[in-house]
Amino acid sequence: MTQWYMLTFVGKDRAGIVANVTRALFEGGCNLGEASMARLGGNFTIMLMVQSSGSLEKLKDMMAPIAEKQGLRLHVDAIEGELHHHEEPDVRISVYGADRVGVVADVTGALAEAGLNILNLETDVGGTSAAPIYIVYLDGIAGKGVEKLEQALETLRKEKKLDANLTPIDPLTA
Amino acid sequence: MAVLEVLVYPNPGLKQVSKAVETFDAALRDFIADLKETMLTGPPSVGIAAPQTGRLERIVLVDVSGKPKTPNHGFMILINPNITGSEGSVIGREGCLSVPDYTGNVYRAERIALTAQNEFGRTHHFNFSGFEARAVQHEMDHLDGLLFLDRLVSRRDRFRRKVYKAPASQTQNS
Repeated sequence: MTQWYMLTFVGKDRAGIVANVTRALFEGGCNLGEASMARLGGNFTIMLMVQSSGSLEKLKDMMAPIAEKQGLRLHVDAIEGELHHHEEPDVRISVYGADRVGVVADVTGALAEAGLNILNLETDVGGTSAAPIYIVYLDGIAGKGVEKLEQALETLRKEKKLDANLTPIDPLTA
Repeated sequence: MAVLEVLVYPNPGLKQVSKAVETFDAALRDFIADLKETMLTGPPSVGIAAPQTGRLERIVLVDVSGKPKTPNHGFMILINPNITGSEGSVIGREGCLSVPDYTGNVYRAERIALTAQNEFGRTHHFNFSGFEARAVQHEMDHLDGLLFLDRLVSRRDRFRRKVYKAPASQTQNS
């Protein structure tokens, strides 16, 4: 009987983190599923689906020394996981503007109300330290149709002084 | 006519380079009829390439006419296709009959000019754009043993998407 776990690692970025972590998991008999890894503000972050026949404690004990050696903090959750059930996004949206507090809350609040289910979201701060810009980039499923989302973006443009673009995702299968 | 088996990655047949068609006979046209039936029978698809059925010959079928509001040439048989010119680069989401349950972002030329032979060996010239150009390029990749997986760009890749048009109000100042 195997169980899926979500492993989260966070630490100062340096070369070799992924190789060391995944090698240890492989040697510990684990199977890897979907993963998201990114450098955020100089930290390296890993969210990784791991399948193991052992207990949560056993997995933690196995990975704790590796995490420590790599300067990472580790968190483990038992999850209900399944593969081969991808949800396909049908819209891609980017919103950006002069950085201020509340941009993400404004954007995601308006889009949620307009029926958006977010599948993937990334944000970045660009521009200069003196004049930063905030960029939100996401894809998701338009639960109430694209028109509702366009209306929500128009409101964000007018009332929140943000720039926004929506691109329908229309996958080609061939 | 018969429905052919569609090879699924990692079948090594999908990574082979196909040979040019040299004989345009009844046997070729019988195979094309089978290929068309295969394309129409399986999951909805806007194209199919002969090597997807294990026949390593430079034959692709494309038909994007089922897609609303999409300029198209209808059902096409493209044999020994050769791209003679291309313009622009756009990102789009693609999936493939040979790669179930996965879609990914891929750059393709926005417009292509192409010559290809029909099932009687006669050469025709085509100009494709947009979705149809993408479908043709996707299918032609199969002839060289390439899958869209060979051209994946990160889901984070968002700024090289296309050449942006400046808003009308700004064009005179730039």
